[in-house]
Amino acid sequence: MTTKREWLEQTYKDAKERPVRFTTLSDLAIEPLYTPEDLKSGYETALGYPGVYPYTRGVYESMYRGRLWTMRQFAGYGLAEDTNQRFHFLLSQGQGGLSTAFDMPTLMGYDADSERAIGEVGREGVSVSSIHDMATLFDRIPIERVSTSMTVNCSASVLLAAYLVIAERQGVAWEQVSGTIQNDMLKEYIAQKEWICPPAPALRIVTDMVEFCASKAPRFHPVSISGYHIREAGSTAVQELAFTIADGLCYVEDGIKRGLDVDDFAPRLSFFWDIHVDFLEEIAKLRAARRMWARLMKERFGARNPRSMMLRTHAQTAGVSLTAQQPINNVVRVALQAMAGVLGGVQSMHTNSMDETLALPTERAVMVALRTQQIIAEETGVTNTIDPLGGSYALEALTDKIEAEAMDYVRKIDEMGGMLKAIELGYPQREIAEAAFTYQRQLEQGIKTVVGVNKFSVPEEISIEVLKIDPALEERQIQRVRKMKRERNSIAVKDALKRVAEACRSGENLMEPICDAVRRETTVGEISDVFRTEFGVYRDPGWI
Amino acid sequence: MAEKRLRILVAKPGLDGHDRGAKIIARALRDGGFEVIYTGLHQTPEMIAEAAVQEDVDAVGLSILSGAHMTLFPEVIRLLKEKGADDVTIFGGGIIPDPDARKLAEMGVKAIFTPGASTEDIVKWVGENVHPRE
Repeated sequence: MTTKREWLEQTYKDAKERPVRFTTLSDLAIEPLYTPEDLKSGYETALGYPGVYPYTRGVYESMYRGRLWTMRQFAGYGLAEDTNQRFHFLLSQGQGGLSTAFDMPTLMGYDADSERAIGEVGREGVSVSSIHDMATLFDRIPIERVSTSMTVNCSASVLLAAYLVIAERQGVAWEQVSGTIQNDMLKEYIAQKEWICPPAPALRIVTDMVEFCASKAPRFHPVSISGYHIREAGSTAVQELAFTIADGLCYVEDGIKRGLDVDDFAPRLSFFWDIHVDFLEEIAKLRAARRMWARLMKERFGARNPRSMMLRTHAQTAGVSLTAQQPINNVVRVALQAMAGVLGGVQSMHTNSMDETLALPTERAVMVALRTQQIIAEETGVTNTIDPLGGSYALEALTDKIEAEAMDYVRKIDEMGGMLKAIELGYPQREIAEAAFTYQRQLEQGIKTVVGVNKFSVPEEISIEVLKIDPALEERQIQRVRKMKRERNSIAVKDALKRVAEACRSGENLMEPICDAVRRETTVGEISDVFRTEFGVYRDPGWI
Repeated sequence: MAEKRLRILVAKPGLDGHDRGAKIIARALRDGGFEVIYTGLHQTPEMIAEAAVQEDVDAVGLSILSGAHMTLFPEVIRLLKEKGADDVTIFGGGIIPDPDARKLAEMGVKAIFTPGASTEDIVKWVGENVHPRE
């Protein structure tokens, strides 16, 4: 039988190749052909069965035959009532769960009436300053039936408290509340850049929330360990995988240091990946991630509960791959990326809208994005069988390669002393900046192509209709917040904040004091200000 | 006599944390031969105007992807004028719809670079359009 090498040397050597580089988006070299020779380890060790360690083929035994991924479109803009309306629209169109986008002031721990919030209220997401906004946001949404994801990080403790208090008001026990809060502070210093205090106290707050949820809200995911933002900031697929896994290892270590048994909290750690446009690379990355996490949880932390080893993930198609030019092309990109997500076995997915390079999505655009997932689920047949691409020679070779390269990074970060230390040294931040700069250079040199931008472009007036945020709503929200601050019991608020400050100092878990403060109408900004005072303010080191 | 290199402040105003583009542009301008000061994130307009004066820059580039550009650009312009530095060239980029870019141009913003603009174009533009302040 001819070997691959023989075929390359005898048959392929005379083939003329197109004058392009045959690499993935992340510059991994791709060979002309893969064969059974490229399958390194045996089926049982490297692949295994779905729902069985190391979960390469899928975390659940039935995957989409049992249950489709949750279609969970990220939504939020304007005031709470605007987003509540969008929530109801999306649920009525067949969406499986909610995902909340907050505005920059909320995300950075400022109230709508703060000086730092000027011009920013309701623009990148919904404005939530207090429990009243939260109540409006979830008006007529039955929390015991609908799971909600909240994308918020440095002020996550306050938003989680607010969500739990709303659940309480709906008569839903916290043990019944399911959902996710992103709350992944390590990647903030690396990529998304939303912070209040320095990394060490930020990690303490994350672990407080992990500890709290483990006993009080065991169905809730207190962290969504994210690669998305790392990738969007410019990292390669390998870096996205490695830095995210390294972040996860840091959270597990911190939970154990807190005195928790790994199997008590690890089952509710969830993940969040980017799905970029290189089809095979992304599917390989998703599969490598599952295998890596399972192995590390077992070998490094001695996890015994299979659920501690199962990497369950949300995913979002890559925002950074979309173009302002010829925006309808984005529908195609998103469809292909969503297909990669499904073939990669994600548990939950957000598909971007075609207009998102320009603005937050219109109703029409987000409907197309949602339909994209529904068409994949209902029409393409890929959900009939589990991990349909498993065993593809190219895919398995790429999965192995990505895992190996990512583990090199993980070991390097281990040697630095872990991710917290690596962040202080600026290591992941600089790797990302370098990768981003390299990619930009490649684009400008034509080594990488973006259709409609550096190839097949047309002179155009961008005429697609986009969502506009009414600037008047900022003043409306400011007045609401001020009115609430005037009318509430200010002594109760003062006491509540004092208690939060004491907990900051004593090391007592912050969540109960914060829940109590939120019940008393203390705001996002006020609680964040306590963090500022007690833990200090982090400033961007500004590495280029 | 050696020509003094142009000094450019690349700034991130407001709460927007998207710094991928700003950092690439700062580096490209530096590679292009300019003196570049990058402010880092979360700068108030006051901090930016103050930095522009302290660093004696010839131009300020603002990067805004948060939608708050119609508040932040005018405020930076106003403060620079207040500090006697209204001859500093202002340019910028980010997510800025064309109608807004036109309004900003009327306010004195000399260029807005939209998604897809190349660093080569930006470096060239700065070289041709930014002049040393007296």
